[in-house]
Amino acid sequence: MAGIIGAFVSLIGALFFLLAAIGLLRMPDALNRMQAGTKATTLGSILFLFGIGIMQPDYLGRVFILVVFIVLTNPVSSNALARAAHANRKRIGAVLSPDALADDEARIAAGDRGTAGTKEATHGA
Amino acid sequence: MIMIKARALGFLGLWTVWLLLTAPWNTQEAVAGALVALLISLLPFSAASPLGDLKLSPKALAWLVAYVFVFIKALVQSNLDVAFRVLHPKLPIDPGIVKVKTRLKTPLGRLLLANSITLTPGTITVEMRGDDLYIHWIKVADPDPEAATAAIVGNFEKYLEVICG
Repeated sequence: MAGIIGAFVSLIGALFFLLAAIGLLRMPDALNRMQAGTKATTLGSILFLFGIGIMQPDYLGRVFILVVFIVLTNPVSSNALARAAHANRKRIGAVLSPDALADDEARIAAGDRGTAGTKEATHGA
Repeated sequence: MIMIKARALGFLGLWTVWLLLTAPWNTQEAVAGALVALLISLLPFSAASPLGDLKLSPKALAWLVAYVFVFIKALVQSNLDVAFRVLHPKLPIDPGIVKVKTRLKTPLGRLLLANSITLTPGTITVEMRGDDLYIHWIKVADPDPEAATAAIVGNFEKYLEVICG
């Protein structure tokens, strides 16, 4: 019985991986692909691992550690990838409207010495 | 004080991982693991661990448990959202990057907030500068920073402020 439930949970996890794969194919650019890739693979891995944990209760402790590590590290890696993709947004043809980050970068490049966060930086004129 | 807390939590965390890895347990392994975890938690760098930011009052711990459930709910919602967008024939996306502000001050709080935002419906944290987070939003509902802050950050910040300021 536990075997059937575990297999079913793992199957649902695998379905989320399938959704992530379809998302990777259908989305237009890297940043949007990451939306599908990050979220669906996180829940997919969690369900897949817990399915194994249900089938083999001895592994539950190890499965729990894996889940915690995946939840902590998966978003961090996608954050790094998103940052790199944004730095290369013209080359990958990303369409972003609005793009607050590019606006602030342009403002800093234009010689605005204030921090990126302050809207009304004082010009010394 | 915060150093002692960081070391104690570091020790507990390491030992818990060891115990979970070595199940089923015997006394020798547990004691050996505790000794090694204690040694590591006394190394100089462990005092700089962000774990020291965690508050340990009963209220903070209760909110931490509640936060786990809020997080799981958001994670499931975001997956259903991804499923809907990916399978929809017209691919309903309208991506953009919005700027939101956070009130959280501690590194741990900000780490958890950025991670939570990445795993919730339609948003990915791209960059953090000072108090501002830049969020890639797959369907921008409102480009205004205040409205975006309320929509994206508000729900998690409420909990994280109690848990780790």
